[in-house]
Amino acid sequence: MSVLPETDQTISSPPTQAIRHRRRLSPNKVWSLVTLTPSIILLAVFVYYFIFWTGYVSFSNWNSFIQNMSWNGFNNYIAVFQSFRFQSDLRNMVFFTVGYMVGCLVLGMLLALLIDQKIKGEGILRSVFLYPMAISAAATGVIWNWILNPTTGLNLILKALGVHHLPQWYLSTAIVPNFNIGYIQGGLPLALVAVLIASLWQWTGFAMALYLAGLRAIPEEIKEAARIDGAGAFRTFWSVILPHLRPITTTAVVMLMAASLKVFDLIYAMTGPGSNFVTDLPALNMFDTTFQGNEFAQGAAIATVLLILVLIFIIPYLIYTIRREAA
Amino acid sequence: MTTRLVVHAHRTHASRLVMQILNYFVLGVLGAVFLIPVYLLVVTSLKSNSAVSLTTMWSLPNSFGLSGLSQAWQQVAPDMLNSVYLAVSATIVSAGIGSLNGYALSKWTFRGSNVIYFFILLGMFIPYQITLIPLLRVLDAIHLFNTIPGLALVHIVYGIPIMTLIFRNFFAEIPTDLVEAAQIDGTGYWGVYRHIILPLSIPGFVVAGIWEFTQVWNDFLFGVTVTEPPHQPVTVAIVNIAGSQHIQWNVLMSSTLIASLPTLIIYLILGRYFVRGLLAGSVKG
Amino acid sequence: MNKWKVASSLGTGFISLSLVSATALTSAYAAGSSSGQVDLFSWWTGKASSKALQTVINIYEAQHKGQKVVNDAVAGGAGSNAKAVLASRMEAGNPPSTFQVHVGNGSLLSWIQAGDMTPLNFLYKSQGWYKAFPKSLLNLMTVKGNIYAVPIDMQRANVLWYNTAIFKKYKLSPPSTFAAFFKDAAILKSHGITPLALANHGNWETTLLWSDVLLGTVGRVEYNKLMDGKASWTSKGVVEASKNYLKMMTYVNSDYEALHWAQADGLVADGKAAMNVMGDWAQGYFTTTAGLKPLKQFGWAATPGTKGVFAAVSDAFGLPSKLSGKAKTNAINFLKVVGSAKAQTEFNPLKGTFSPRLDANPQSYDAYGKDAMKSYKKDPLVLVPGQGGLNPGFTTALENAMSVFTSNKNVNQFLSTLASAAKTNPLP
Repeated sequence: MSVLPETDQTISSPPTQAIRHRRRLSPNKVWSLVTLTPSIILLAVFVYYFIFWTGYVSFSNWNSFIQNMSWNGFNNYIAVFQSFRFQSDLRNMVFFTVGYMVGCLVLGMLLALLIDQKIKGEGILRSVFLYPMAISAAATGVIWNWILNPTTGLNLILKALGVHHLPQWYLSTAIVPNFNIGYIQGGLPLALVAVLIASLWQWTGFAMALYLAGLRAIPEEIKEAARIDGAGAFRTFWSVILPHLRPITTTAVVMLMAASLKVFDLIYAMTGPGSNFVTDLPALNMFDTTFQGNEFAQGAAIATVLLILVLIFIIPYLIYTIRREAA
Repeated sequence: MTTRLVVHAHRTHASRLVMQILNYFVLGVLGAVFLIPVYLLVVTSLKSNSAVSLTTMWSLPNSFGLSGLSQAWQQVAPDMLNSVYLAVSATIVSAGIGSLNGYALSKWTFRGSNVIYFFILLGMFIPYQITLIPLLRVLDAIHLFNTIPGLALVHIVYGIPIMTLIFRNFFAEIPTDLVEAAQIDGTGYWGVYRHIILPLSIPGFVVAGIWEFTQVWNDFLFGVTVTEPPHQPVTVAIVNIAGSQHIQWNVLMSSTLIASLPTLIIYLILGRYFVRGLLAGSVKG
Repeated sequence: MNKWKVASSLGTGFISLSLVSATALTSAYAAGSSSGQVDLFSWWTGKASSKALQTVINIYEAQHKGQKVVNDAVAGGAGSNAKAVLASRMEAGNPPSTFQVHVGNGSLLSWIQAGDMTPLNFLYKSQGWYKAFPKSLLNLMTVKGNIYAVPIDMQRANVLWYNTAIFKKYKLSPPSTFAAFFKDAAILKSHGITPLALANHGNWETTLLWSDVLLGTVGRVEYNKLMDGKASWTSKGVVEASKNYLKMMTYVNSDYEALHWAQADGLVADGKAAMNVMGDWAQGYFTTTAGLKPLKQFGWAATPGTKGVFAAVSDAFGLPSKLSGKAKTNAINFLKVVGSAKAQTEFNPLKGTFSPRLDANPQSYDAYGKDAMKSYKKDPLVLVPGQGGLNPGFTTALENAMSVFTSNKNVNQFLSTLASAAKTNPLP
């Protein structure tokens, strides 16, 4: 589709080659590179240079206001990995990221399927599910802090409905299942579920909009077949509709992954690190370490680890996506 | 044979009705859950400060008061305009750059352009907290610290990856034949962009614009670090209300409401175009 | 294509709006920078504190015609966002003219050690401030004979607030020892009243409670040794204090992690809880927000075992060493106002604090303020770990350890974490 034949020559290839292939080296491709150059320069400075700088700081002794850039080897990393807080962060990050991605995608797809049934009031419903994206994460955090306060919030309503074992939401310190890894307890901290609810509230609508757009692109006959034959609906969904939505899932995964890294504001306003760090994430830890404790090198080490973890996951995914598209 | 068909149709009709009712029910319940925060936001905004307490958070205000809203307006109004300048200009420039990048990366690929795409895309995943100190150094060096253009620049740069992603995928859907035909007619690189791509890319701009506008409007971290009053965006004013020693909850909720209005309005008015814009191609991975 | 007509017209509107705003932007930017200004950095964003700060700004602007003070206030629990912004700016070599900092061995000492602050001895001499402030306070800002900041207010962190109606009903008096506290707490609990209201949303409140318990258990002398890094964090006294703290935690509201400090005081004001340990900024909440009368509806006392000691939290302003020329002169002139009797008399009653100057008039303050002032003038001052009293690295480690300790209640693990934190971040 969009990718042109492999015979294209790179602009920066030696002159002899360029002359040999002069016919194919169109000025338009030079323009293409020219168009991209400002972005490349800006990102080189604001992203790659900053990452390099952070990596550099993470190996230094800059752990107070005195900017001591002398070599500290891997000591900052060792200190970080040995800390209870960071170990908890890693556990939480795994659960949060998985819960967030799966939750957004599944719930978003469910909403899209329900809305795509030629129903009345579609516009209103779509807005209802989409509007949380318009509210800032900090405000979202404050509101959900109120709603999920176990003594006053939603629990008052649940109590009125006759629920006996009221959830402790983000105050829960329970971790299920409870087993030890190193210093910390493995398993899912229940408090994290409350944070997940708030972030799903904010981002599910986006996944819904993406899937809704995708469903609209599927020919009506296919969807009609899925509807008429009630028994086969699920099978049709699984074998026909789902494959059609795959490119959308790809886009959604990339964008939600980027969004999940920005969940800092929400957690900061909603729960903070939580008792025993049940709702802490590496980003909060990094912020505290750097700007409260002024341990700049250790904060940089946390940032570097966080970045590496994200890249380990996202780079293969991006490469796979770009390759598949090219094929 | 005919009777069986009729029966079948009847059954499907009935089951379809049941399904529809179920469908509305599920959507209604989920919709109600999604609206809980708005209820709280509005109800708390209308209470007087002394009437706000966690124990009575669900109840309606005893007396209808606008003191919270008017106080909030006084506190956030000066910064609203900053946010408008900021969000509008950053959105336009970022989307503009994104569309040019998308055009270059989808219609004029050369060897290595996928590498460049990859290089740009990875910029999405940088945790913003780590950028603060070097960012201030760079802005200071180019004399843009504590200016709205400086803050806009930051948002533009960090918006480029996602804008590029959206437009590249969007333009990939525009048939290459169109471009080739125009090329044979002698239209050049910029001519194709102006006369073919740009007119077709309005839906892409709607999606990209909504996304970027929301992100910039709701940002707090860069706003608070890069600018001082009177150049600060409205989110800083809100967090200042929320984080002070004596929080006036009614003012906080009111200011959140006021500050969310522009983005809310954009979602309500452009929401349908958001979905249609996504449909028009930008979702294809 | 029809549906796109609407979209495209909206898009066109959007673009033209942006052009207008871009034009406005450029002109706004051109008019933006002016020379005669003071860039004042603080975390005072609340209604009362910003109003109070405004009076200081007004005095300065009246004295220096044509100059403008930019009030750059950034909120955050105990200044957390503010500290991040300030640290970023200082490290990037772009300091404000002057900034808020707690006196003690926390950020202030770190800035001084990093060479980021200018000594202000000349200002103290010219303004007669050596005599205006008590020596005990000046000591908290002095390094090697140089003094580095100008204090504007004084707050006390070892205060036990209580609901007088509840105390009267159950015939209790404010506990001055831990034994008395636990006796009272048991009575209150048996009547279904939360004995001690606690908050910890800001992640510093439990640390404050623990440090007040520490002070009350080990006494002032040992406490000061700990703060100065001259005593062991695993000693018997600290163990006992931590056990007292754990016992107190059995008498608190269960949702403390969710509450802001003022919401905990709200529980006391509403009669749902009897007591709260909080700095005297709580007084502003009781009188202004909750509308209660001092002594009649709410009372106060030193936290158990801390009578005769004043745990000091004082906000001060310093002079960044990177300033020069006109900017430096302006900043110095502003600091003169900060330390002046006139500014402090206007500032403090509004802020709900009191002036640390010895000549401050008690009549300007309400019942609580008078009481606190009396203690300040005669009692020795001690530092508060979570409020800028100690090395920031140690403080973060302490708060982190606190979070784990409060949950797993393992005293030995807690104290050995503190001991090793004190080793990596030497005190003071």
